[in-house]
Amino acid sequence: MSQPGQNYLNHEKGLWSWLTTLDHKRIGIMYMISVFTFFFIGGVFAMLMRLELFNPEPLFAAQTYNQMMTYHGAIMTFMVIIPGVPAFIGNFILPLLIGAKDVAFPRVNLLSWYCLMVGAAISFATLFFAGVDTGWTFYTPYSIQTNGTVLMVLGAFVMGFSSILTGLNFIVTIHKLRAPGMDFFKMPLMVWALYSTAIIQVLATPVLAITLLLLAAEKLMGVGIFDPALGGDPVMFQHFFWFYSHPAVYIMILPAMGIVSELITTFSKKTIFGYRAIAFSSIGIAAVSFFVWGHHMFVSGQSQLAAVIFSFITMLVGVPTAIKTFNWVATLYRGSIEFRSPMLYALGFLFLFTIGGVTGIMLAVIAADVHFHDTYFVVAHFHYVMVGGTLMAIMGGVYYWLPKMFGKMYNELGAQISFLFIFCGFNITFFPQFLLGSYGMPRRYHQYLPEFTSLNQISSVGSWTIGVGFLIGLGVIVHCIKWGPKAPKNPWGGKTLEWTTDSPPIHENFETTPVVTEGPYEYGK
Amino acid sequence: MKKLIPFFTTLFSSVVAYADYAMPIQGNKYAAEVDSLYGFLLNVSLFSFVLVIGGMIFFVLKYKRKTDNDGTPYISHNNTLEFLWSFIPFLIFMFVFAWGWKLYYQAKAYPENAFEVHAFGRQWAWDFQYKSGRMSTGEMVVPVGKPIKLIMTSSDVLHSFFIPAFRIKQDVIPGAYTALWFEADKEGEYQVFCAEYCGKSHSTMYAKVKVVSQEEFETWLAADPMKAYDGLNLADRGLKAMKTKGCNACHYLEKDQALVGPSLYGQFGAKRNFVDGSSGVVDEAYIRESIKMPNAKKSVDYENGIMNLIPVNEKEISWIIEYIKSTSKK
Repeated sequence: MSQPGQNYLNHEKGLWSWLTTLDHKRIGIMYMISVFTFFFIGGVFAMLMRLELFNPEPLFAAQTYNQMMTYHGAIMTFMVIIPGVPAFIGNFILPLLIGAKDVAFPRVNLLSWYCLMVGAAISFATLFFAGVDTGWTFYTPYSIQTNGTVLMVLGAFVMGFSSILTGLNFIVTIHKLRAPGMDFFKMPLMVWALYSTAIIQVLATPVLAITLLLLAAEKLMGVGIFDPALGGDPVMFQHFFWFYSHPAVYIMILPAMGIVSELITTFSKKTIFGYRAIAFSSIGIAAVSFFVWGHHMFVSGQSQLAAVIFSFITMLVGVPTAIKTFNWVATLYRGSIEFRSPMLYALGFLFLFTIGGVTGIMLAVIAADVHFHDTYFVVAHFHYVMVGGTLMAIMGGVYYWLPKMFGKMYNELGAQISFLFIFCGFNITFFPQFLLGSYGMPRRYHQYLPEFTSLNQISSVGSWTIGVGFLIGLGVIVHCIKWGPKAPKNPWGGKTLEWTTDSPPIHENFETTPVVTEGPYEYGK
Repeated sequence: MKKLIPFFTTLFSSVVAYADYAMPIQGNKYAAEVDSLYGFLLNVSLFSFVLVIGGMIFFVLKYKRKTDNDGTPYISHNNTLEFLWSFIPFLIFMFVFAWGWKLYYQAKAYPENAFEVHAFGRQWAWDFQYKSGRMSTGEMVVPVGKPIKLIMTSSDVLHSFFIPAFRIKQDVIPGAYTALWFEADKEGEYQVFCAEYCGKSHSTMYAKVKVVSQEEFETWLAADPMKAYDGLNLADRGLKAMKTKGCNACHYLEKDQALVGPSLYGQFGAKRNFVDGSSGVVDEAYIRESIKMPNAKKSVDYENGIMNLIPVNEKEISWIIEYIKSTSKK
């Protein structure tokens, strides 16, 4: 039994207590700080890229731009979006959502944070040597011929373990540590989403690890797996790479969908529509996601039959994704909808993710993809999904759980202004890129033909708008943590278990283990 | 502000123009077929978007919270509705999948009577070879109304041959052959991009497909490429030769500034420092060696090991030397 006024933040003191903590909430906060820092660095690279692309004539050297493009992609994928939801938000909230004291393996949990840090440090170390300009995809044989690849893939390899360990931890936690009475169909949908994600993390990430090791072996020892000069097959690298990296897309989006389910129910004060459909579609997406990697390779030289099969299976992933979207919209029907910032982000997610989704179907249609592949159309599509989808959900989740994390309320007006800038800026930045792509502008170009100028300039202006939005958002979050008014236990009227404990929670999460007797969203009953 | 108005007019007109769909010009019938598929996708997408997001906006406005004690109905699911909104999208997806499949197979069915051209990607230019022995760089001349088949490979890393006007694209792979075919309906020049990231000068790895009449094509094919140099002095021949062979992908030819490699303007007599500590001067022998054996000397100031062997004969080398000499200070 803890003293009044005690919570996980003041349970122990000093930097050392944080660096050696086994408390999932503290590890979650450490992930928050790391992910925000990486996001800032990756964002600066993005701004510089848009600055370069403001004019068709180059501003930076080609090599410099290519490196910025590589670091932007690698940082945003491996250090921001992959750890963003599961490791950061998931770590903080998962045990609270299921009424547990902590995750199943607290030490492994801390180890996974150190893996991310060490891996990130190794990757950043490449900046002090020649730098890497292969793009985050490390396609062979270019990656074999350039410097810095080995160190960079070593970093990604180590970060991969962070992801695997988190996934493993979550699977066991969800199976073994649910509060008494919480059967699988009484779990919040965020838990289903984290569970599906964890399966992908555990099964797919090792393939990336193997691929990256093979690439390093190829480069250091000249084994001849991928290098055509040694009899290797460069296209095989793409198969290996996308066997991980396509499911990885779902590591990024599934937990984001989980957050959206939580936000929409809470701020509509209404039970979720089609709980089972949403839960099973998470599992369905996770399962099918392993068999669609070839849709990244329609023009790579893979067999025609393979292309057709991959196109077909990709269409099948579209169905559960569509189901989720319809269910969320149906949940709003006859709800009691409150426009707080987390809800704005959830609605923003629906708007942008729907655009990302329908353009995803266009890209799954082979003949259309042959034209759009490797153009800005693809860049626009995945930013709509990864930023418009995942990042919007992360921001929504941050505002939603900030009161729980720090026991303070944020400034609502500031958060809404920040949302407005991010949402508008996002569309100004990325919508023109669909047009650039369909007109035929290839991606990864540091200079371009004059006919693409006006759309690129609109896009660059948009990027500055997003930048302003995120800076305001950072201000709101810092202000909330330092000076925000005290938050009550349950500021939003949420029904899930985290709202039954103090804000911020005590070290052990709950005074007494909660007993669950009903589903997570029993509003209006 | 004055500049912004045309931007938004372009943006707006490209979004609404029904027949346009923001696609490049249609170079042939296949492009028109891809565009009708895209048009269908676009319209269905727009319809679904309006349905879903329109519904969302309608609901959030209509069911805005009035009091903190608003009651909400307990609606857990509806099997009919859920079946419908799974099954209808599924049908649409299958329809567009089949349409895309059909067109893709069409794009991959190489006509037997196709006129074959060999294409080579290299960092950072496209070379073409015709059966007659005619070669070209950066420009592929083909006859109108005839199926053309490209047989492609790469001499270094992955590239991708992309002709937006024909809506086709195919990766070009070192150590393997890939192919592409098209038939142009109209004479004209069509842009070619490299669509697969291939390193430093990826974004200027352009080429043109020049579609001409059958007669014009035959004249071009039969012509002695050396004829083009008639009447030019040696230095001008050198500049023309370098442009024809794509040297400008990595070297500035008309200003004394390094690009990927050293400038080929005004550098005659310049000093070079090598990684083994020795040094040398750019003279006739050095230029010849740098072309014939690009990696014989490793320079301190430029990236080594990336220049390909480019087919240049002795006469052409002497022209290049004369050009560099003529642009350098005496």
